[in-house]
Amino acid sequence: MDFTWKIGGAQGEGIDSAGEIFALTLHRKGYYIYAYRHFMSLIKGGHTNYKVRISSKQHRHRGDQLDLLVAFDQRSIDENLHELKSGGAVLYNAGAFEPKFPADVDVVPIGVPMQQIAKDHGSIVMTNMAAMGASAALVGLEPDAFDDFIAERYGKHGADVVEANRKVVRAGFQAASEATSWRARLPELPPEARGKKRLFMHGNDAIALGAVVAGCRVVAAYPITPATDILYSLLKLLPEYGGVVLQAEDEMAACQMAVGCNYAGVRAMTSTSGPGFSLMTETLGLASVSETPVVIVDVQRAGPSTGMPTKTEQGDAFQAIFSSHGESQRIVLAPATVEDCFYDIQRAFNLADKYQCPVIVLTDLSLGLSKQTVEVDDIDFEKIAIDRGQLLTEEQVKEIAANGGYKRYALTESGISPRALPGQEGGVHLAISYEHTEEGWEDETPLHRVAQTEKRIRKMSTFDPAEFGVRQSGDASPDLLLVGWGSTIGQIDEAREALKAEGISVGHLHLSVLYPFPAKEVREAIESARAVLIVENNAFGQLQQLIQLNVGHYDHIHHCRKFSGEPFKVFEIVARAKEVLAAKSVKEVG
Amino acid sequence: MASTVTVKEYRAYAQQPTWCPGCGDFAVVAAMQRALVNLGLKPHQVVAVTGIGCSGKFNYYLGANGFNSMHGRSLPVAQAIKIANRDLVVIAAGGDGDGYGIGVGHFIHACRRNIDITYVVMDNHIYGLTTGQTSPTSEKGFKTKTTPYGAAEYPIRPLPLAIASGCGFVAQGFSGDVKHLQSLFEAAIQHKGFALVNVFSPCVTFNKEQTYDWWRENLVNLDEREDYDPTDKAAAYKVVTETNGLVTGIIYREERPDYQDELPNYDPKPLVYQDLSKPVKDREKLLQAFM
Repeated sequence: MDFTWKIGGAQGEGIDSAGEIFALTLHRKGYYIYAYRHFMSLIKGGHTNYKVRISSKQHRHRGDQLDLLVAFDQRSIDENLHELKSGGAVLYNAGAFEPKFPADVDVVPIGVPMQQIAKDHGSIVMTNMAAMGASAALVGLEPDAFDDFIAERYGKHGADVVEANRKVVRAGFQAASEATSWRARLPELPPEARGKKRLFMHGNDAIALGAVVAGCRVVAAYPITPATDILYSLLKLLPEYGGVVLQAEDEMAACQMAVGCNYAGVRAMTSTSGPGFSLMTETLGLASVSETPVVIVDVQRAGPSTGMPTKTEQGDAFQAIFSSHGESQRIVLAPATVEDCFYDIQRAFNLADKYQCPVIVLTDLSLGLSKQTVEVDDIDFEKIAIDRGQLLTEEQVKEIAANGGYKRYALTESGISPRALPGQEGGVHLAISYEHTEEGWEDETPLHRVAQTEKRIRKMSTFDPAEFGVRQSGDASPDLLLVGWGSTIGQIDEAREALKAEGISVGHLHLSVLYPFPAKEVREAIESARAVLIVENNAFGQLQQLIQLNVGHYDHIHHCRKFSGEPFKVFEIVARAKEVLAAKSVKEVG
Repeated sequence: MASTVTVKEYRAYAQQPTWCPGCGDFAVVAAMQRALVNLGLKPHQVVAVTGIGCSGKFNYYLGANGFNSMHGRSLPVAQAIKIANRDLVVIAAGGDGDGYGIGVGHFIHACRRNIDITYVVMDNHIYGLTTGQTSPTSEKGFKTKTTPYGAAEYPIRPLPLAIASGCGFVAQGFSGDVKHLQSLFEAAIQHKGFALVNVFSPCVTFNKEQTYDWWRENLVNLDEREDYDPTDKAAAYKVVTETNGLVTGIIYREERPDYQDELPNYDPKPLVYQDLSKPVKDREKLLQAFM
């Protein structure tokens, strides 16, 4: 069982901080939290909300429904009432507006004059704290539940500010206790879970932390929603280890800078979203032909062009795989969970060094920005060791220099040419964007063109996408196979469980690597299922097209796509699955 | 600095130039090799970064380490190399199209960022490798394949642009005076921070107006003028305005901390040699921030 709470108002009213304090408080009590931020591309006004799903087991999405809505204004009711469970409550800012509800909705309105309480006991900017206090009363928390956080967050503004906030919380608590007998029930926590130390982080946090563990010491980037948090995290982390955050003048420079650092031997990355990635695509080709490692994180948002900067989408798979002119090597990973983000960014650095090519890590807004509870043991700093691939030491370079000379693009059996660094005596070389000879000299003759192209193709042949990028769960040879990639794993998992509970045989294939494509594993899974449903947060069905390209065409493949800017809800997948199964049985019987 | 290195060592790594006979860029490479040798720098201690164009081949013929990037992108790569390994001497080089056309955004930001690298622009007022189109420094009215009726745009003026953008070392040289050029390169490399050396480097094939003789007749060497003070910013603006930029020598210089000096918690040991295992030991502390 779980409980869902949402607070909504205008941007600038402290909605996010209220939501985060509420989420963290329950997280520290031992609940599993999944928090989802709905926001707009503006600073003040509009509508923003923060939803918190509170559960005694780990979930990887925000939940379809809502138990308690805290509304600062009518718009918050209008935009969110459809999620409210029958008999759910709306705690509204009494006195600030007169709430209107459709006649046919079973809702418990609870008016608490939150703004007035804030004015009376502190100041109007503490309206969110009155809402917190009122929420605490309704969900059975103590009036002092948020005291520690208030000190943590507002301590820097002085003891009187902390005290005023606490007073407003208590007054809100008191008012709500008196206003209604409606009470929510939080899920039962097993004794061993109470107060258990766990982590509360989002995908962007995990990317930044994983990068530092992987030995990344430079990030060069240009601010962009929803990737900027990666920069913020690295600004805290990198200087501790001598590292540098470079705010570049644009994304072309950012990606070139990351390439420059890697050429000189320092692990470096850039983080961006779709529009920035578009500008980086020229550098993908450069990194590929010059065989320079580079890691690029694309936290996808809804495109094309400016699109919807604050909304989620899985729209950049094609761009990640196919962009940049000519034919260039790369690896594309698509982490599905926060833990994946932490490990995949480390794998990305190892793969970039091993294959001397760009590695793209595709996450999205919903994975990047949704803070959630993660087990401490699942963020293992020693699981993935730093592996620099064929990076030569000073001594190795000297030895090579003494035995015929160093060639940067030597035609080796594996296709991987050992890499010397500038500064190493005997390793002097030119890394180059032109087609070249083994020495790195510009050359357009068929002999070198063919040899170097074949070398670059050969080096990728040992990459096994199934090594960590393919997950399978549920029934083998199912009536219905759900297929997804990246951040949709939570909803697909729950849809699978819901369908299974109805006696349907269902499996789930989830990909965390898109290029090179795990064709063999996907083919086997598809061919063993009676029907296949590909679930994607985009309109064009990019994974479905990749399957068609890499595996082939199948009549029993169907799709479930959402491109509204919102993550999937479980019921949407379940409904579409049943539709597909019903049509299938009609066809097979008929 | 005692010099134990020779130009021959550079030549051992250099390719055979493909520039047109008489191209001004030969003198730029020669002057740079001599400057590096005179500073006692060996080829493995130097990285030259280029973009695309005739001048993009600068590092093919220099004989040090090189990174050849894409059109206009030498500066982001060069700055990053210096961040990664501050022990390396990093030189970015390119032409007027590469640096003041497609790459001008990077140029302005490199000036104000002030990372300790040297930027050499071989400025011939024309696009050479694409066989003769107008360039950002072509004078108004200059006739080329893409401006048959004469260039309509006003040219970029690299020197005042650099000064206004915060560049702490602004110099200009001429391919017809290799010795002077060498001295400018040495001063630029020794300058702590971003240094620009704009070099008038004639394109003998496609620019029949700004020839060696034309430059010789029109250039004034400020280094020979005793009354010129390159630390005086107002004087620098005045001289480049009055002469229309037709001067050589060190135009402007200013000592200030470079980018790396300004970094928080900065360790002088190059980043490339840092121990990468520290965060693993700090796991508990690092995770505490997320509890």
